[in-house]
Amino acid sequence: MLSAPTEAPPLLDIRDLRVELTTARGRWPVLEGIDLRVEPGETVGIVGESGCGKSVLSLSLLGLLPPAMRISEGEIRYEAGRLPREGEEAFRRIRGREIAMIFQDPMSSLNPALTIGEQATEMTRLHLKLTKREAREHAVSLFRKVGLPRPEALLKEYPHQLSGGMLQRVMIAIALSCAPKLLIADEPTTALDVTIQAQILELLKTIREEDGTAILLVSHDLGVIADMCDRIAVMYAGQVVEVGTAEELFDSPRHPYTQGLLQAVPTPAKKREKLLSIPGTVPALHERGAGCRFHSRCAYATERCLLSAPPVVRVSGAGGGAGAGTGAGALAATGAHAVRCWLAAEEGGLPHAAG
Amino acid sequence: MNLAYAARRFVTLLLTVFFVILVTFFAFRIIPGNPALAILGTEATPEQIQELEAKLGTDLPLGEQFLHWIGGAAAFDFGDSLRYSEPVLDLIGARLPVTFSLALLALAITVLVAVPLGIAAARRRGKALDLIISAVTQIGLAIPSFWSGIVLVLVFGVMLKWFSVSHYVPWSENAWLSLRSLLLPAVALSIPQIAIVVRYLRTTMLEQLHLEYVRTARSKGLRPSTVYYKHVLKNALIPVVTVVGMNFGEILAGSLVIEQVFTLPGLGRLLITAIGNRDYPLVQGLVLLVASIVIFVNFVVDLSYAWLNPKIRLR
Repeated sequence: MLSAPTEAPPLLDIRDLRVELTTARGRWPVLEGIDLRVEPGETVGIVGESGCGKSVLSLSLLGLLPPAMRISEGEIRYEAGRLPREGEEAFRRIRGREIAMIFQDPMSSLNPALTIGEQATEMTRLHLKLTKREAREHAVSLFRKVGLPRPEALLKEYPHQLSGGMLQRVMIAIALSCAPKLLIADEPTTALDVTIQAQILELLKTIREEDGTAILLVSHDLGVIADMCDRIAVMYAGQVVEVGTAEELFDSPRHPYTQGLLQAVPTPAKKREKLLSIPGTVPALHERGAGCRFHSRCAYATERCLLSAPPVVRVSGAGGGAGAGTGAGALAATGAHAVRCWLAAEEGGLPHAAG
Repeated sequence: MNLAYAARRFVTLLLTVFFVILVTFFAFRIIPGNPALAILGTEATPEQIQELEAKLGTDLPLGEQFLHWIGGAAAFDFGDSLRYSEPVLDLIGARLPVTFSLALLALAITVLVAVPLGIAAARRRGKALDLIISAVTQIGLAIPSFWSGIVLVLVFGVMLKWFSVSHYVPWSENAWLSLRSLLLPAVALSIPQIAIVVRYLRTTMLEQLHLEYVRTARSKGLRPSTVYYKHVLKNALIPVVTVVGMNFGEILAGSLVIEQVFTLPGLGRLLITAIGNRDYPLVQGLVLLVASIVIFVNFVVDLSYAWLNPKIRLR
């Protein structure tokens, strides 16, 4: 593969990732041909409906896939080093220390039987070899940083004594405790009240600016994604269907699915109109045919969409260091606005196969 | 710890003990048999029996006898054995350490063996180790303690001669020899208990492993042993502690039987002879003691929930 030698390696580089689910009835691809890059300090959003594979993608990065799923193809590189496909020990050195993760429901993500202090200090004691006292002091300073009241007293409390918003702050403080380079936030505000949501997003912005932590933000909420992200990847049925900067995607979405998602967002301007929704649901694993996976819900679908898989087309942007061949890599290329759709190919974007 | 909660539990505990006494007292007197007859033999004349009954106090109305006994028990006077003419308390006191150390040793073996096995089975669910553990515990459940006790005596005592059989040494004399004399019966007692706890723990661990906090713990890069033994075990332990606590009574009952197999001078032999002799005060004293121990253990189990599950503290 010809990659541009001048570029510094991205922080995270996912190439042609395929994750399979093994069931009694066979093996099904949950994710297919995922290409995505995250540069140091960058915030990348992953957006899509439930069941499109967002969470599986974020779990696969840390080897946290459920036992029935495995990475079958492709690779994940972290700082130019290749991450293992499986193997608990190999992942352990990265988890928490290099890449930290926060989850959707802070209430169930913390251990109900252990104190906050225990859960907030065990990671730094393990990875950074802090003493019990140092770890406690470190945790208190982080609690302060994320805006938690009475940080010292919190150490002795149990998760059920705190509110959801406070718990998510605790989760963020824990995730930051080893100063990771990448923070994966999987629906970090979905389980919280709207007012708390905004506070948590502000907190994530502050962290990004102060610590330079790159964030991979997974959400079904376009509003959250728009507010936070430099670049956005839209996922549908286990594939990335469009990727670009926040401006590109919001101002000139090319994939009909992206357009549909944008139209489905309620805004004050659309107050008197009927809110559009995308008809149908995401096809289940066994319903994904050979063609475009969105064709059954797409207003512009043609015979070709049903029969053959659309190519990845770069519609604008520089995006050096792309792969060759059938377009693999175009979606990953930083700075490129690329889309997986026959429509865009016909309109003659920048057919990637030519590169 | 909530003091009112503990106090409430304590009152329930006393009531339970009282009902146990009530039932044993009357049930045991309804069944046929007569202590005077048991002492004097079938040759005795009715006059001799009447005379002895008057002496023992067993000719009084039942209600009166009960009140008399309760009154004494309240002051820790459980009367004299009808057969041995010794205070019941002394007879029990001499044999209690044997049974109690046997039961505690069996409990310790159960916990030390069952917890790692249960966790190992849950960690390797569906793999060879899990299936082996499952098969072995199935066998362990099916074998009664007295039978495995006899086999252990035969193999380790008679054939291999590793352990002295039927020679009890008290702790106070020599702790090492005492342990050797108690180890085989304790193992026999713990086998079915280990099987129960392993199966319980495996199930509760598996239930916990799906929960999100386990994923969080793994995402922190913690060692798998930390995830299992620190994060999951504490949550999986509550039902297991209940089972162990409830089974402590079973361990005590089992040790009464196993003492016969290993001819240990414990409460079991005392109880069996006391029942044969219709030695009312001795039987009542023994039942009261065993019941109190079992009920007390359950009380401790209740209190341990508060440590295992912090949410209980608020109630």
